[in-house]
Amino acid sequence: MECCGEVENMMFEALHENNHLQLLIGFLIGICFGGLLYISGVTEYNVILGQLLLTDFTVIKVMLAAVVVGMIGIYAMKSRGLVELHPKPGSIGSTVIGGIIFGMGFAILGYCPGTVAGAVGHGSLDALFGGVTGILIGAGIFAAAYPTLYEKVLSKGVFRSMTIPDHLKINPWYIIIPLCILIGAVLAGLEYFGL
Amino acid sequence: MDWTPYLAGTGIGILSWIAFLLSNKPLGCSTAYTRTSGMIERIFRGKKTDEKPYYQTFAPIVDWEWMLVAGVFLGAFATSVLLGGFTFEWVPTLFGDTFGYDTELRLAVALVGGILMGLGSRWAGGCTSGHGISGTLQLAISSWIAVVVFFLSGIMTAFLLYGVLW
Repeated sequence: MECCGEVENMMFEALHENNHLQLLIGFLIGICFGGLLYISGVTEYNVILGQLLLTDFTVIKVMLAAVVVGMIGIYAMKSRGLVELHPKPGSIGSTVIGGIIFGMGFAILGYCPGTVAGAVGHGSLDALFGGVTGILIGAGIFAAAYPTLYEKVLSKGVFRSMTIPDHLKINPWYIIIPLCILIGAVLAGLEYFGL
Repeated sequence: MDWTPYLAGTGIGILSWIAFLLSNKPLGCSTAYTRTSGMIERIFRGKKTDEKPYYQTFAPIVDWEWMLVAGVFLGAFATSVLLGGFTFEWVPTLFGDTFGYDTELRLAVALVGGILMGLGSRWAGGCTSGHGISGTLQLAISSWIAVVVFFLSGIMTAFLLYGVLW
């Protein structure tokens, strides 16, 4: 097991270092991602606002299904040494305050950075001229303010651990299995109530 | 019961396996906007742009995630054309039915929302894909907190906007 894993890792490492091929892979994954987002309906303003107004639960269904499938696969591959995790660090100043600003933008714009690109793709001109333009301006403001923000806000209340299993110092499957059951129950509940 | 959201979600979960395996990267979208913003700034300010500390972490170049977002655009375009759903639209119906079909109003609102979205996604270090899907599936603490805050803040703002509470 150990030996085969290493050979596979070397094969993938060579692939990871091939920059031009990586751009192509990113593009192809993006095309599939965009197609799936469109088919599911979440590139529509009405569907995103429907979720935030709690009248349409499509966004939550898509996200939770992706999380269950993704989580089981990624952790199964991780335990075979095929992939490594990339959890993001966070802090109260960054994650919570940024999250509040994000949520306000989410409801006012009605798209997020991924779905806005999909919305532009199916012809939503508010997503292009309002949404993408605004996101570029907002991202530019953040880049300009970053040194000050980092010192005064982002670096406050840094989370000590990266992942839940690390924090609890337990085998990740003790989290994954109950979490998948819980998510399954939530989704079954949504369907039961016709939401 | 409509299985479409679950099938699409399953597909996105599988795409995240492929991204980790073939590219050693989680799916995410918001850094592409930072990089694009830097590229635009470079047109006006030249090389000085690259000196900004944030652009030293997220250089204004076309990278994997930038191509991913370009792909999302093309994938949604191609799928909507193939399925006959492509239509030019200035004002989404839910917005129009509530606030009127005024293009300038919708653009102004979308611009304000977009600025908050661009600012907030980089402030929080990720968006609905980077934190909401890729981070949560890795059981990242920051991402579970982020996604709960995204939705709580989003729900409260949407309720205020649409006057659900009064």
